[in-house]
Amino acid sequence: MSLATIAGQDVHVDDEGFMTEYDEWTEELGKQLATNIGIDMTDRHWDAIHFLRDDYKTENETATLRRVSSVGGIPTKELFQLFPKKPAKKMAYIAGLPKPVGCV
Amino acid sequence: MTALDTKPAVVPDFGDESEGRKICFICSKGNLDMAYPGLIMANGALGEGVEVHLFFTFWGMDMINKGTWDDLQFSMLGNTAMHMKGSTKHLPQGLGGLPGMTAFATGMLKKQIADLGVPEVPEFIQMLYDMGAHFWACKLSVDMMGLEKEDMFDGVEGIINVSEFIELSEDSQVVFI
Repeated sequence: MSLATIAGQDVHVDDEGFMTEYDEWTEELGKQLATNIGIDMTDRHWDAIHFLRDDYKTENETATLRRVSSVGGIPTKELFQLFPKKPAKKMAYIAGLPKPVGCV
Repeated sequence: MTALDTKPAVVPDFGDESEGRKICFICSKGNLDMAYPGLIMANGALGEGVEVHLFFTFWGMDMINKGTWDDLQFSMLGNTAMHMKGSTKHLPQGLGGLPGMTAFATGMLKKQIADLGVPEVPEFIQMLYDMGAHFWACKLSVDMMGLEKEDMFDGVEGIINVSEFIELSEDSQVVFI
């Protein structure tokens, strides 16, 4: 873990660049993280990110794609459109959360 | 905190530039416990941005046959690894032959899978389709079982023979289940 500067703020990140401190995240940081990986945030993107953040608070682990669709109510197909190719990891990165560990 | 050096943030490599990894899963079993490995691995591969094809053959056809896919069974018989959750004691094979035991074991397995938030087979297949998986049925199996395309999951792209599958899986990793 090390400190890195994102959107002008010093935050803790792991070796891959994922933020490691839940409380350091802000929407402004999320927006910058999204820009870093070529994603232009819309309201629908934020719905997914906020679900992930809220769900982490109660579950203490990052929601899988299945959970974002079945509990968060955002269809899987749409998640692939919003966060192409690797939606689960991209969402976790933007939300300042660890990569999901669940298989499904 | 002062002991840590501040560096510009590293951006993870999500492999957006890499193209071409492709995995074909051959699903040949119609038992409930053998339906899941292919579905779960396909789900993982799709989530990693891999192109995924599922080819259903022999009893694996039951996974995409709308008449059977919600009623796959799990039997203790022939499964010498069978033990209860949390126990390492294997159950006698003779138990599996008792009337109602397959239904009981199937119910138990379904519950354990559901408790993990994993969908049942029909919903799982629809989910993989929504994630972009390609579904293929084996011509020989379709003919042998007297099936029509209408009997199968609507997302099945085609009924193909082995040579077509071999063409399809060129430059692909192939997993046989």
